[in-house]
Amino acid sequence: MEYIFIIAGVLLIVLTIAAGLIWVERRLLALWQDRYGPNRVGPFGLFQVLADMIKIFFKEDWIPPFADKAVFVIAPGILMISILLTFAIIPFTDSFFVLDSNIGLLFFLGNSSLGVYSIVLGGWASNNKYSLLGSIRASAQMLTYEVFMGLSLMGVVMMSDSFNLREIVEAQRGMWFVFPQFIGFVVFLIAGVAETHRTPFDIPEAEGELVAGYHSEYSGMKFGMFFVGEYLGVTLISTLIVTLFFGGWLGPSFLPPAFWFFFKTAFFICFFVLLRASLPRPRYDQLMDFGWKILLPLVLLNILVTGAIILYLQ
Amino acid sequence: MNTIFYIAGAIALLSSILAITNRNAIHALLYLILSLLSISVIFYILGAPFIAALEVIVYAGAIMVLFIFVVMMLNIGLEEELENKWLKPRMWILPSIIAAILLANLIYALRVLEHQTVTPQIIQPKQIGISLFTTYLLAVELSAILLLAGIIGAYHIGKQKKKIIHRFLKK
Amino acid sequence: MFSILRSIWLTFLHAFHKRETVGYPEKKPYLPPRYRGRIVLTRDSEGNERCVACNLCAAACPVDCISLQATEDENGRRYPEFFRINFSRCIFCGLCEEACPTYAIQLTPDFELGEYDRQSMVYEKEHLLISGEGKYHGYNFYKNAGVDMGVKAKGEGENEEPTVDLKSLLK
Repeated sequence: MEYIFIIAGVLLIVLTIAAGLIWVERRLLALWQDRYGPNRVGPFGLFQVLADMIKIFFKEDWIPPFADKAVFVIAPGILMISILLTFAIIPFTDSFFVLDSNIGLLFFLGNSSLGVYSIVLGGWASNNKYSLLGSIRASAQMLTYEVFMGLSLMGVVMMSDSFNLREIVEAQRGMWFVFPQFIGFVVFLIAGVAETHRTPFDIPEAEGELVAGYHSEYSGMKFGMFFVGEYLGVTLISTLIVTLFFGGWLGPSFLPPAFWFFFKTAFFICFFVLLRASLPRPRYDQLMDFGWKILLPLVLLNILVTGAIILYLQ
Repeated sequence: MNTIFYIAGAIALLSSILAITNRNAIHALLYLILSLLSISVIFYILGAPFIAALEVIVYAGAIMVLFIFVVMMLNIGLEEELENKWLKPRMWILPSIIAAILLANLIYALRVLEHQTVTPQIIQPKQIGISLFTTYLLAVELSAILLLAGIIGAYHIGKQKKKIIHRFLKK
Repeated sequence: MFSILRSIWLTFLHAFHKRETVGYPEKKPYLPPRYRGRIVLTRDSEGNERCVACNLCAAACPVDCISLQATEDENGRRYPEFFRINFSRCIFCGLCEEACPTYAIQLTPDFELGEYDRQSMVYEKEHLLISGEGKYHGYNFYKNAGVDMGVKAKGEGENEEPTVDLKSLLK
């Protein structure tokens, strides 16, 4: 019974944060662009999210007659499921988590690689050339960056000797892994941005070139799921960065651990928005070049050096 | 545990059959992914969580994406003439014989091992790593060389041809 | 690499800049008196209509949104019988104001012309005519014109020489 409460609590918290992020991102982007952003609906425009939700629920949920209907319908669901499932392994505090899995990190990697299908299939099922181009770009980009994402975490795994996220946090009692694993952290951050395909790595949906990329044909709540899925992805990557590199719930004890976790997560969410506000989108071949020619050798070197040092210290 | 095993097994069987019989290439690939996922569930139940995760990451997550990528690029429609032309009844003979031998093998193995029970024993990633780099070192090295060959081959094929510049555009 | 970090930092510093947005409905922007907004018809200092229905504004209007019909009162003074401006067509170019010989038609700094019904955008004379003099105070066309329209006698205008008595031999 308690278990169900925890699952419901995690879902509630995560979905509220993701929905709230729509407002947060718009306000923060406005702040960094010397504007106000949504400030009309409710205090500070806080109810903008509600207004948007009401709007999106009442829109016509249109399936194009030329689309592959079954695939078109399940594509947004895959995204939501793969991201929401991953939240099961996140240890929010010492005792508040859904799953204490021995393969937690691998579970995350598996789910993020399944998340690619949502975009690829969504773009393909739309039967629209822009969507198809978007999904082709997405599949290449996400496959590429998944490689570095997995490899950049191996340093952390080696240092903490575990795939279990709770144990990884416990292993950071002495020192946050961001200091010994700085390269891993930077690569994970970049790969995380690419994995959630947000600006500056939003080439699958590059609105200047591809209308809206893979979700051009989507409307109503199906589009809403892609939309919220993006913010869920941002939240997920932020929580993972905090868990893996910034000591999770650890922090000075005058405040509860949950506060420290959410404080650090909020910091990284804001950093994601700042990245979006400041950086332009690279070209597609630049993105791939950067991945394979710079990040991959860097990560492999990081693993080599980390392994050598660990062996030397033993 | 047994119920979950049977459910996963049934899904694996059913989706594999659908993957073969489905005419739409992408739908067939989706069924194949489903089959891989249910097999990974079976691995997990049998006490190999690491293999289960790798099955999802490598097979369902990476290789099948490449398959779909290629099928997407080929833009295969629902044309059936080509397939009918390629798949003559004669072509079924050899695969059927091989499959029949395999089936016989399986039935024999099941009969021999009838009274043995599988005791799930959780294998940690560390054990897998140790056995990979001690017992099966040769296999790992050989597959690494194979992958290296693949990379070099891909690089050779994908190498850009020398650009021919018009003589007026030369410096 | 450094430039990327620098641009992130510079963008972050924008958090402490003043915001450019003007909160419009609460805070009205300053508009100069010669702003080209809603068109009005003005009266002279005596409170009579300045418009003499010469049709120059209608002729100057590039989108043909002005229509009027001239008529005369008992003194023979011309005035528009109706004067109609279709603001859904008007482009607020101000050419009518430039064309007007009597300063009758003027553009004002009022731009809030939104309507729910398109027909409401057609302004008749009673909507256009204001009781003041607009931007040009004290100007009365008939005080400068040669003709006598009951405003001043002939030859008594501001920059006008007295009339010459053609029948006298002394001058």
